[in-house]
Amino acid sequence: MNAVAAMLRRDLRLAWRSPGDSANVVLFFVLGVVLFPFGVGPGAEILARISVGVIWVMALLAALLSLDRLFREDAEDGSLDLLALSPAPLEFLVLGKVLAHWLVTGIPLIVASPLLALFMQLPAAAYPVLLLALLLGTPTLSLIGAIGAGLTLGTRRGGVLVALLVLPLYIPVLIFGVSAVEAATAGLAVRPHLLLLGGLLALFVPLSPIATAAALRQALH
Amino acid sequence: MHDDTARLTASGLVCDRGERRVFAGVEVRVGRGEVLAVVGPNGAGKSSLLRLLAGLLPPAAGTVAWEGQPVTDDPDAHRARLHYVGHLDALKPALTPAETLRFQAELHGQSLSPAAITDALETFGLAALAHLPARFLSQGQRRRAALARLVATSAPLWLLDEPTLGLDADSVARLEHALERHRGAGGLAVVATHGGLDLGAHATLDLGAGAS
Repeated sequence: MNAVAAMLRRDLRLAWRSPGDSANVVLFFVLGVVLFPFGVGPGAEILARISVGVIWVMALLAALLSLDRLFREDAEDGSLDLLALSPAPLEFLVLGKVLAHWLVTGIPLIVASPLLALFMQLPAAAYPVLLLALLLGTPTLSLIGAIGAGLTLGTRRGGVLVALLVLPLYIPVLIFGVSAVEAATAGLAVRPHLLLLGGLLALFVPLSPIATAAALRQALH
Repeated sequence: MHDDTARLTASGLVCDRGERRVFAGVEVRVGRGEVLAVVGPNGAGKSSLLRLLAGLLPPAAGTVAWEGQPVTDDPDAHRARLHYVGHLDALKPALTPAETLRFQAELHGQSLSPAAITDALETFGLAALAHLPARFLSQGQRRRAALARLVATSAPLWLLDEPTLGLDADSVARLEHALERHRGAGGLAVVATHGGLDLGAHATLDLGAGAS
């Protein structure tokens, strides 16, 4: 567990020293959502109808944007060799990296989302559920994304390939994330949707480090 | 076949890169306090051999063993006993050499005191630059910061891939001194080199002569 903490501290320190990377992801998220009122018109009714979907889809795309960098820099400067040669299991180190990725990209998205929800005329009753759904869903985005980033590490055009690999896997998170907020808007039970999001998270917490570590070892061959 | 004088042994090592056979039938024996120099022309497989010995690359055939035990039996223990310094320095431009060393020691399950970090960096004459982000370091200084991890945490097996790349004469002497002390403490080293380093090697493995 010390290795997870050490990895997490290093990546957080790196993110802190170059805050632009994290800020770019949030700005992309905000700008992407803000484009919609210009595209579909400022009518409150239609904006409220599409608000949840737009926020979630933009959250997926924003999470995707930062994935290519997740292991590439470590691979290029030789750090990945050392991570793979560390006595600590590579799976733990991957978990530390993914946790850091979520803290520096996922959390800022969650913080920015109420502002965007206001902008998109989301009914006030749905705010807590939106935040809760994002809190459960965005870690899963980072976990799934790490698998894609690991698998495409050896390829030259990683960016597009990551998107093609990862976006289909994001669909369940999108479906349950949106349905949770829509249930809240309609006054229905939100618990089942949130439980499903939690279930996805519980599935990928062990699965993603194992799959990603295997992909990274392959990439180092 | 177990021999008490040889701690690291490899037999019948075959390395394929893509479709190409890089080398075959390579034998390695390194005992306590011994240094094996690996020489050969570019592309002879010096780096690949070191990656095979580190366990980063699986051999196409053959085994690597530590005290007679194949390292694949317990890869975690093998990784704990080795230091690998490759062509890349594994420094983050935004992190200082001291921070990098501390992190690398934590990966080995050790927490270093600031004094221990300064000592390790001073072995390579870098103590004055301990708290300067690595992006301000020259190539030789970056190399020395990478080498400092050899002495920051102890490991019996050093795998060095052309460690003198970019080093000035003073730093080469410091590296020779560090290797000398490592051997004195019973450590092993396998060093790929183009010369320019007085290893005091007990044996030389010429990959160029064996292949084709």
